[in-house]
Amino acid sequence: MSLALTLFSALAIAAGVFFFLAGTVALLRFPDSLSRLHALTKADNLGLGLVVLGLLPRAGSPLAGLKLIVLWALVQLSSATVAQLIGAALRRQDVPE
Amino acid sequence: MTLFDALDLALAAIVLGVAAWTIAAREMFSAVVGYVAYGLLLAIVWVRLYAPDVALTEASIGSGVTGVLLVAASTRLRRLPAPDAPPGAALKIAAALLSVLVTGVLATAVLYLPNPAASLAPEADRHLAATGLGNAVTAVLIAYRSFDTMLEKVVLVLAVVGVWSVAPERFWGGQPAPLGPAAPDAALVFLARILAPIGVVIGVQMFWVGADDPGGAFQGGAILAAMWIIVMMARLTEPPPIGSGWLRLALISGPAVFLLVGVAGPYMAGSFFGYPVGFAKPLILFVEAFMVLSIGVTLPLLVAGPPSREAGQ
Repeated sequence: MSLALTLFSALAIAAGVFFFLAGTVALLRFPDSLSRLHALTKADNLGLGLVVLGLLPRAGSPLAGLKLIVLWALVQLSSATVAQLIGAALRRQDVPE
Repeated sequence: MTLFDALDLALAAIVLGVAAWTIAAREMFSAVVGYVAYGLLLAIVWVRLYAPDVALTEASIGSGVTGVLLVAASTRLRRLPAPDAPPGAALKIAAALLSVLVTGVLATAVLYLPNPAASLAPEADRHLAATGLGNAVTAVLIAYRSFDTMLEKVVLVLAVVGVWSVAPERFWGGQPAPLGPAAPDAALVFLARILAPIGVVIGVQMFWVGADDPGGAFQGGAILAAMWIIVMMARLTEPPPIGSGWLRLALISGPAVFLLVGVAGPYMAGSFFGYPVGFAKPLILFVEAFMVLSIGVTLPLLVAGPPSREAGQ
């Protein structure tokens, strides 16, 4: 693997880890549930997306790369749905927290 | 200490921390959430122990399906009237003593294991070619110790019978309660519509590759079960009446086919639960296919609970 690809991998994964870290800090620090939910979905979306992007050059085969992308898409689907469900539940209960 | 050692230690500490938190949680629902997180962390532990098959099982059954089961149970318990008196001191002490006893026995057993541990792994590996399989775990489950695995499936069927048997007499043969509210969230319906077809493909694929790679009937069946549970939660389909013939047939198909193949063993291969040389792999996959079906039906029925209305209502 060329130096450029290795560098790209490392940078993308590091950026992904940064988003996970930022999302986790926000999850712990944000004042209300809706903001925390917002932080969480960003970590899932961008964090995992960047980690998958960084892993793509290292996947070995196109099929393995495709599996990584499908994995990301599935997590997107479930995380977006869960965010909607929790948001709707919060609205129903109208909890201030 | 290498980086991986440090990460492993941190992982172990987190697992212990989440376990302690789960026990200490006052709210039942918090404890369930803690248990699910604990299961997912445990799956990572299994990956670090180079046991991806166990990791998949832990994530799908130990954490996933059991998590749904516990959430459903805690919701159902919350609807019941609170008990008149909190558990007395004697009951609490008895529960604590029992827990300490079980932990003590387990700890003693682990600490007294010979070091290096006696292993049948080389033996299992050496005869792998005779089964035609590439995954030693599947070979152990469906070939070397097939009788144990067959009995495990029987236990699952007995668990469903146990759940059904708490139903009132008049509902026998009827339908379990719906898994969700009458008007489920549009987002959940959307998820069920998109995810279920993909999940079915992934579940079948996981069973199919289990012959040679990590995966197998348990993991594949658990994913199929999860898909049925999601579809029922979105109210796209209702729990079937427990009197239905196809349902009962699917439920027992796994252990029944396994037992039939085992009984045919003496005629095919000269021994009980033996597989004929050269035809072992197709036979193993045949048995496993019915086990996938059985597991995929059993777990959702455990989640759905006992019948609580007459069929067709």
